[in-house]
Amino acid sequence: MFRFIVRRLLQLIPTLFGLSLLLFVWLHRLPGGPETAILGERSTPELRARIREEMGLDQPIWVQYGRFMKRVLSGDLGTSIGTKRPVTTEFLERFPGTVELTITALIIAVGIGIPLGYIAARRRGTWIDQLSVGGALLGICIPVFFLGYIVKEVLAVNFGWFPTTGRQDVTIDATRVTGFFVLDGLLTREWDAAADAIMHLILPGIVLASIPLASIVRITRASVLEVVQEDYVRTAEAKGLTEQTVRSRHILRNAMLPVATTIGLLTGSLLSGAVLTETVFAFSGIGAFIVEAIDRRDYPVLMGFIMIVAVIYVLVNLLVDLSYSLIDPRVRVR
Amino acid sequence: MRAPRLRAAFAVAAVASLVVAGCAESDRDDSGSGSDKTLVFGAAGDAKVLDPTFASDGETFRVLRQMYEGLVRSEEGGTKPVAGLAESWSSDAAGLVWTFKLRKGVKFHDGTDFNGEAVCVNFNRWYNAKGLMQSPDVTAYWQDIFGGFAKNESDKLPESLFKSCSAPDAGTAVITISRVTSKFPAALMLPAFSISSPEALKKYNADGLGGTADSVTYPEYATGHPVGTGPFKFVKWDTANKSVELERNDAYYGEKAKVKKLIFKTISDVNARKQALKNGEIQGYDLVDPADIPGLKSDGFNILPRPAFNVLYLAINQSGPGKAATSNVKVRQAIAHAINREAIVKAKYPDGSSVAINFQPPGLEGYNDGVTKYEYSTEKAKQLLAEAGVTNLKLKFHYPTEVTRPYMPAPKDIYELIAADLTKAGITTEAVPLKWNPDYLNAVQTGADHDLHLLGWTGDYGDAYNFIGTFFDRQKDEWGFNNPTLFEAFKKADSEPDATKRTAQYKEINKQVMDFLPGVPIAHGPPSLVFNKSVSGIKASPLTDERFVTAEVK
Repeated sequence: MFRFIVRRLLQLIPTLFGLSLLLFVWLHRLPGGPETAILGERSTPELRARIREEMGLDQPIWVQYGRFMKRVLSGDLGTSIGTKRPVTTEFLERFPGTVELTITALIIAVGIGIPLGYIAARRRGTWIDQLSVGGALLGICIPVFFLGYIVKEVLAVNFGWFPTTGRQDVTIDATRVTGFFVLDGLLTREWDAAADAIMHLILPGIVLASIPLASIVRITRASVLEVVQEDYVRTAEAKGLTEQTVRSRHILRNAMLPVATTIGLLTGSLLSGAVLTETVFAFSGIGAFIVEAIDRRDYPVLMGFIMIVAVIYVLVNLLVDLSYSLIDPRVRVR
Repeated sequence: MRAPRLRAAFAVAAVASLVVAGCAESDRDDSGSGSDKTLVFGAAGDAKVLDPTFASDGETFRVLRQMYEGLVRSEEGGTKPVAGLAESWSSDAAGLVWTFKLRKGVKFHDGTDFNGEAVCVNFNRWYNAKGLMQSPDVTAYWQDIFGGFAKNESDKLPESLFKSCSAPDAGTAVITISRVTSKFPAALMLPAFSISSPEALKKYNADGLGGTADSVTYPEYATGHPVGTGPFKFVKWDTANKSVELERNDAYYGEKAKVKKLIFKTISDVNARKQALKNGEIQGYDLVDPADIPGLKSDGFNILPRPAFNVLYLAINQSGPGKAATSNVKVRQAIAHAINREAIVKAKYPDGSSVAINFQPPGLEGYNDGVTKYEYSTEKAKQLLAEAGVTNLKLKFHYPTEVTRPYMPAPKDIYELIAADLTKAGITTEAVPLKWNPDYLNAVQTGADHDLHLLGWTGDYGDAYNFIGTFFDRQKDEWGFNNPTLFEAFKKADSEPDATKRTAQYKEINKQVMDFLPGVPIAHGPPSLVFNKSVSGIKASPLTDERFVTAEVK
């Protein structure tokens, strides 16, 4: 197990190196640079040239890449061109928001997706099956910005149940400890701050959950269909176990293996989905900041954020692999 | 065993969510009373820095304008320079030595006195900037208006317009400049020239920028300790929740703010701002989509249109792929005649918009009614093309996507209307849609691979040069022409100390520009703010200099 983890972590090194090189070249080849974004309509050739020169953007790309790598290897990801704050500070400030949002979306997607997939499989061919699969598919077909707009219009503007923007009501004077607003509220016993942060997570969570929901429903359904035909399920049913016991101990537990893999892989799509969701909900997370960074060609932020996200993606998948051993004891034995 | 536990968990979750909803509901009802009210305003972007010296964008300016003041300010709801921290000012006959009589009894938020010495500390700070403070990305407006520094560290920096500052007494500041320019003192109304507390500048190491040119970090003063003289004081900048909180300065020398707290909350998406307003999360926002105005009005919201202090133009590049034709003034005239500007304004602009006949808005000194006007006439356009001997003209037409600007509410629609008009006159266009920033701006401001494009400008302060000078005072890739006579006329007008003579010269330049016709001015559009019914007392400013000190929340 230890060697497995070390090997996977070592694989990160060439992955990150390759990613950084590709990303660096791609970003610097995009039309326009930070100087255009900084100057906007007031751009003049002289000003553009001065900014490019001062930022070293007029140097050959390999020189720029070398400078970037030297800095990264010394543990410094540089500072944002737009905000002039260290990239790591920007990331650490925004990452908790994205994590809270991703967890909310996963809870919603798993909480709805697995029961729906299970019911669809057990009632295969009925209208419930068609409705579950069709409904979940519809969720993924609707663009995030449109779904976000509709959800807000109905549940917030019309009914007034939820807030539509931000991570917390700006008039609440909440104490920040970890940057995870919900957790901070609980740690400091500022219950209204925690409750408000939860309320701010629900709508974006629903919208973001629409992305993995269809996959979870489909994989659960397929997996359950396969498992229910296994001999051990038939045996369990034949020996008179209750439906609940058969469902939880024999069907779901075995059917969850591919679902867990899917959820791990979906974390990546959740992070990319967060880009749009966070913008639509003015939610301060890494996704919305990446959008702003692309607009202003904020190379250090884009390089830093995407590389950190890549590391997280690999680590999450590693955790998923490790979780197999919890779900399936046979993996542990092997 | 498991199923009942699961059911219990669901039940707890349901009850908890109801409790949570109840809590959040009660939070929203807590809006205070009387002068303890809070006003939350939806900004389209984050403030980038809290030291005015380093600020250059509208969203940062909006926040800083509530905390800081400069020697002069714009008249409320207008563009003319009026008394700010200086009650009056005058210059010597040569227009080089400016004496500012300062307001008495003014204190900074930290309790220190505002006086002539404080003014000079600020000007000398800007003038003596060294190292990273000379980066064009850091002190953009100083370099735009004053050019260089005491010791220029780049040979590309011009000589500084600023020469010296002295404070003969506490109530006077004398600023000497090196040459006459129309920018001074009007440009001092820009928030970048706000006066900070010398004590705070020192205490929070305001000049201590860190890092390297490609990795600058701002000092403490710029990120968390802004100290000015304005009606609001800084409380906190919650970058994790995208908001800046200010509170009333109870020691303000003028009329005190009516709200206790003023919070700017960033919501970059315009639809999200609208929904947040309708949901009561914010009480007002800026840059209302013109298409939303009728709906918001009928829902009972108050729309505050700003006087249009901008211009949208169609630029005609004389060095682009179609330069053989576009360098001929008859072709440019044909393009101007071909476009039905009235129809564009009527169809795509909000009420209060107007067709542009100058490259500067009406009402600003130098505006000229008597310029050559190019009325809509497809026939005339065809005739001019024939006279120029141009047939089958095909031009590359750039327009931006995913953006609305105050002067350009619907770029694609405006492009389509213009392209259709040009087609009728026999000019075909090849559409080049590009993402606004930086792709589009980069494409139309650099290189020569563009013939026609849409762009515009919103004025920084009340001066004609800020419009027409920005566009045409030198050779630029955007326009692709070299017109030394015109460039010289700009130099002459800018250095004219007599305001009346200068205005006449700008009028003449406007005429010259419209005869030369480097592009076609299309429209002036008033951008709008919106507030809910409970908010009153705010006057829209053409310079986006809205003062929340007068805002009342019922």
